[in-house]
Amino acid sequence: MLFHKNGAGAARSGAIAAIGLSIALVATGCSASDTGGGSTDGDDSTNLAITFLPKNLGNAYFDTSDKGGETAIGEFGGTYAEVGPSTATPDAQVSYINTLTQQGVGAIVVSANDPKAIGGALNEARDAGVKVVTYDSDTDVEFRDVFINQADSVGIAKVQVDLIAEQIGDAGEIAILSASANATNQNAWIELMKSDIEDNHPDITVVETVYGDDDDQTSFDKTAALLQTRPNLKGIISPTTVGIAAAARYLQNSEYKGEVALTGLGTPNQMRDYVTDGTVTAFALWNPADLGYLAAYAAKALIEETITGAEGDTFDAGDLGSYTVGADGVVLLGDPYEFNKENIADFDF
Amino acid sequence: MSNTVTATPDRVYRDYGQPLWRRLLVTRESAIIALLLLVIVVALLSVRNFDNPITITYLLLDVAPILLIALPMTLIIITGEIDLSVASVVGLSSVLLGTLHQAGLPIAVAGIIAIIAGALGGALNGFLVTVVGLPSLAVTIGTLALYRGLAVGLLGTTAVTDFNEFWTTLAKSKIPGTPIPSITIPFLILLAIFAVVLHFTPFGRGVFAIGLSSEAATFSGINVNRTKFILFVVAGAVSAFAGIYYTLRFGSARGDNATGLELQVIAAVLLGGVSIFGGRGALHGVVAGVLLIGVLGSALRLANVTSDVINIITGVLLVLSVVSTSFLVWLHKQRSKPRRTPRVDSGTPPA
Repeated sequence: MLFHKNGAGAARSGAIAAIGLSIALVATGCSASDTGGGSTDGDDSTNLAITFLPKNLGNAYFDTSDKGGETAIGEFGGTYAEVGPSTATPDAQVSYINTLTQQGVGAIVVSANDPKAIGGALNEARDAGVKVVTYDSDTDVEFRDVFINQADSVGIAKVQVDLIAEQIGDAGEIAILSASANATNQNAWIELMKSDIEDNHPDITVVETVYGDDDDQTSFDKTAALLQTRPNLKGIISPTTVGIAAAARYLQNSEYKGEVALTGLGTPNQMRDYVTDGTVTAFALWNPADLGYLAAYAAKALIEETITGAEGDTFDAGDLGSYTVGADGVVLLGDPYEFNKENIADFDF
Repeated sequence: MSNTVTATPDRVYRDYGQPLWRRLLVTRESAIIALLLLVIVVALLSVRNFDNPITITYLLLDVAPILLIALPMTLIIITGEIDLSVASVVGLSSVLLGTLHQAGLPIAVAGIIAIIAGALGGALNGFLVTVVGLPSLAVTIGTLALYRGLAVGLLGTTAVTDFNEFWTTLAKSKIPGTPIPSITIPFLILLAIFAVVLHFTPFGRGVFAIGLSSEAATFSGINVNRTKFILFVVAGAVSAFAGIYYTLRFGSARGDNATGLELQVIAAVLLGGVSIFGGRGALHGVVAGVLLIGVLGSALRLANVTSDVINIITGVLLVLSVVSTSFLVWLHKQRSKPRRTPRVDSGTPPA
């Protein structure tokens, strides 16, 4: 009996709580939605609302590339926005693509977390008149209009193999520290690196590929484990910016500094210390700001129907000059850039 | 066994303190439903493009896995247990569907095998909780890692994406003439079954009784272990079904599919008024809780609010809903203390 009375009281108090909460929530809801209005304006003739959807937010690489996009969109007077999930999963990206479709933006510039999983949502967006540009990580060809390729895979693979070959004297055991095991572009590069090594560097053997999941601590731990289990290791290639920085941080304070070469894809700001103190001799990358910049101009050209994404279409990309769409709607940014002690001071990203 | 404890015909409780309409309206569930309606109205008025019918399509497609898994999760939490392995079962069933399909089995057969595997996974949870007698929190943290590990291990670094277009289109299809996705139909059927079982059968009353007091339930003839075991098996099977839907909707079987989904499910169930200590909850509140989180996310995304802020708002909402309830219960007790004695006297006329 006593129990029942308490139960009823709990229910009523719960109800009061929830009602109070609803008032608080409406307040939050109102203020939140006020801040977001007006981003989809300008759908008169050409809707230059271009939204960047990176793999995830809070990633320095995408911060830089999307800033490049913002610069470009500022130059031609469009509306820039950036949305994205907090973790890099395809299902979270699908929700955002659906939302952008509902908002009726002019174009989505997306780095795909899965080449196929977000395809259905992208096709729905395109059916609704939204142009789709992929950058950094592509989807299957049929799901997008244009892919802005940061550097072709062969070029990326080759520059890393050449760097490590030069640093270890073209012979010995090397290992690869990659991002997640499902990462589209890393896996493609690793395959190409392995075949390049097999064909052109017969004295180099790739003994292991480990995955740091693009997490700083995991990559750090994997580097430590790798060096301890492979005493003959001469070099590490890390084709991911998170991986190479974590590996360099481990090497810097370990007995292997100067003994084991490290190269791969990194950003100048992350790698500056390690290059200056000699932990890392040289590494490669394209300029992500240019990548976002070019993607924004490609989106503009698609919206204005200057190009359709067919092979041979040419469009103007502001400061970067003129670009031509290649086979399968791929636009190539250019050759990867090699950063070393001499030139690293010239870059800030 | 449980037929021996069917409801006692004549109630000997005190008379209800409040009229029927108040008892029905002033409940936590009604408050969540009211809150849901309020958020919908505010979103319709202030968020651009929210009034588009496609909003409801995308919304339901997004929350369907959470809705499905929330059904068995509600029953499990009402018994005072928890199942943290559901999202890993989703991942495992996704990978099984993918690999079996790749090996040449038709989707329907692969799907049935995946559901059986899910039920077996749930049975392992149930076995460890009921027969071995371990706490479900510890057991399902273990199987969360185990099933996810199996899923990622089975498919390795790849994703299976070559699904028959018929099935992927079916997963995303709408009920003809409406913006409602077809996945709503199996959900409504399951909802009806779960609602009847929970609220209108001796089994359901047993679920509540176990949550209130496992010992008392045992002494009143409820087979506590059998009930819990059944619930874990059902949770595994429903999670596997959600995994099949998830895979076909995104056309991609991956080991990391639906990572973290268990927390969204549990958050929605608790928001829907189910007590984490067991013994209290109702399915209409849970459905409203899932939809509330879904609508809120959808409206905020449309308003260009970043995902971090959305997480913060749903997190605060959940914490407030749990904390405020406890706080008000405490407040209510404090207030009613001086009046308790006279009320007990006046409140005991026999029915």
